[in-house]
Amino acid sequence: MTGYLLRRLGYALPIMLGVSFLCFMLVHLSPGDPLVSILPADASAELQRQMMQLYGFDRPLLEQFLRWLWRALHGDLGTSIATSRPVTGEVFRAVGNTLMIAVLASLIGFSLGSLFGFVAGYFRNSWADRLASFVSVIGVSLPNYWLGMVLVIVFSAQLMWLPATGAGPGGSSDWAWDWAHVQYLILPALTMSFIPMGIVARTVRALVADTLSQEFVVGLRARGLGELGVLRHVVKNCAPTALAVVGLQLGYLLGGSILIETVFSWPGTGFLLNQAIFQRDLPLLQGSILILALFFVLLNLLVDVLQTVLDPRIERG
Amino acid sequence: MSDPMIRLRELYVEFNPPGKRIQAVNGVDLTVDRGEVVALIGESGSGKSVTLRAMMRLHPEKTTRYSGALEVAGQDVLGMGGGALSQLRGKRVAMIFQEPLLALDPVYTLGEQIVEAIRRHEPLGRAEARARALQLFERVRIPSPERRLDAYPHEMSGGMRQRAMIALALACNPQVLLADEPTTALDATVQIQILLLLRDLQRELGLSIVFVTHDIGAAAEVADRMAVMYAGRIVEEGPASELLTRPRHPYTRALLGSRDEGALRKGRRLDTIGGAPPDLARLPAGCAFAARCAFADDACRAAVPERRELGARHAAACRRLDELPALLAVRADEALPS
Repeated sequence: MTGYLLRRLGYALPIMLGVSFLCFMLVHLSPGDPLVSILPADASAELQRQMMQLYGFDRPLLEQFLRWLWRALHGDLGTSIATSRPVTGEVFRAVGNTLMIAVLASLIGFSLGSLFGFVAGYFRNSWADRLASFVSVIGVSLPNYWLGMVLVIVFSAQLMWLPATGAGPGGSSDWAWDWAHVQYLILPALTMSFIPMGIVARTVRALVADTLSQEFVVGLRARGLGELGVLRHVVKNCAPTALAVVGLQLGYLLGGSILIETVFSWPGTGFLLNQAIFQRDLPLLQGSILILALFFVLLNLLVDVLQTVLDPRIERG
Repeated sequence: MSDPMIRLRELYVEFNPPGKRIQAVNGVDLTVDRGEVVALIGESGSGKSVTLRAMMRLHPEKTTRYSGALEVAGQDVLGMGGGALSQLRGKRVAMIFQEPLLALDPVYTLGEQIVEAIRRHEPLGRAEARARALQLFERVRIPSPERRLDAYPHEMSGGMRQRAMIALALACNPQVLLADEPTTALDATVQIQILLLLRDLQRELGLSIVFVTHDIGAAAEVADRMAVMYAGRIVEEGPASELLTRPRHPYTRALLGSRDEGALRKGRRLDTIGGAPPDLARLPAGCAFAARCAFADDACRAAVPERRELGARHAAACRRLDELPALLAVRADEALPS
């Protein structure tokens, strides 16, 4: 098992290197000058040149990349051009915020999605199946910024149960695990959970239906197992794939939803990326893409390892 | 005969998937006594596996219609509720499947599956159940049984898997064993080992076995009696030795003809039965074999032939049984090179 883990980590390294190279270069492909946003419109050519030199934008791209990579390996992703604060801190704060709603959203999506999917797959072509399939299609197809606004109207404006926007009372940025703070999580997480819920529900429905049509289910019945006993086997057979799907969804959610985070003014990664793009804040943009990509790679690794533990047919050797 | 283990009377099994009606079993009468081994033989689609699975009511409940009488171990299988049925399955009657790799749950070890089956039917602790599982593995002669209990199905060879499947079937000391082509998926040498194992176990435990196969050789190896099925009906039934040496029904003759002594001699054309079995969604009105039978006449095509007792528990369903020897002699003359 340890050998397997090391090998998988070994595979992940070149992927991470490629990712960092791509995200560095992609940002340079976009048109425009990174210094436009901080220099006054009438800045002299001399001042422009000095700033270019200061940020190192005048050197060859490859050299810029290597310097950036070297510093990134030491945990330094540079300084944000817009705020003059270290990128690393900014990104990790945003990732932390997004992680909270993304994990909560995945949990909600996974639980409800598995439940709907299971019922639909087990009672295929019944009214319960049609209802669950309908709900999951709705979940995938509704624009979630619209859904977010509707939830705000219902639960904040009408019922006044939950706060509409922000990440803490009085606009404070210090997080604490108490109700005063946690209530801010609920609406964004709920909004975010609809897509993973729909996807998980559809996957689980197909998995359960497929598993139930396999010969070994007849085998289980022939041993005298009742429906509950059969269900237990079906769950264990479906679990690895369902987990992989939800893991991937969590990865997507970590990138933050720009729309959801904007609707709820949630200071997460989507919000941050949005800011970085509009302000042409290259170091911030590169840094956040890199960190998010690395999270994605690590999450995939985690899912792979989990699947291996759950499904004995996947080779560990 | 006193209290047979299995009694089928006029058993019909019909599948009704949306928009279809498939008559898979069409009036089967079969009796299996305590400690008797009966082989059901026939081509694919002859209804032999369907008949076997019906004995445990294993077909999908929603789309299957049964009629007739079906008693196993003295219980009315068609009339009983779901709870009683799952008490019967695995406890009184157990099944061995054709391909254990498909019939065993791939994500549980064999030990876990046997322990689960035992604890389903008997109030035993985990450790006791595991001890029994180990004994079962020894009984079906699996080498290093302790280690194999912790193996997953895909980690074993085909022969070992089938032994494990037999161990699982015997977990709760059933009285009846239903075997659905237990050797078809195996290598020839392993087939014989499994057949010998089944025969030994049957003798030791006094099991009644119903054994489905299209391999007449395998059937001859273990069966006391044989029933030949065609298009969902038993066309001939009798003691194994008698059926093999003195087949009466044209279909049985043809089936045996394809494995005659001389049939495999070099240079000789292999005898096959021309044509294909009838579509079970559109059964002919008369004898189902008539379309492929060299001796069929209009009367054969008009009505389903009655089953006729031929003495010594031998029976066949053919209108022209008595005329056949003469007809065959004529054909043999014609076939002689002139």
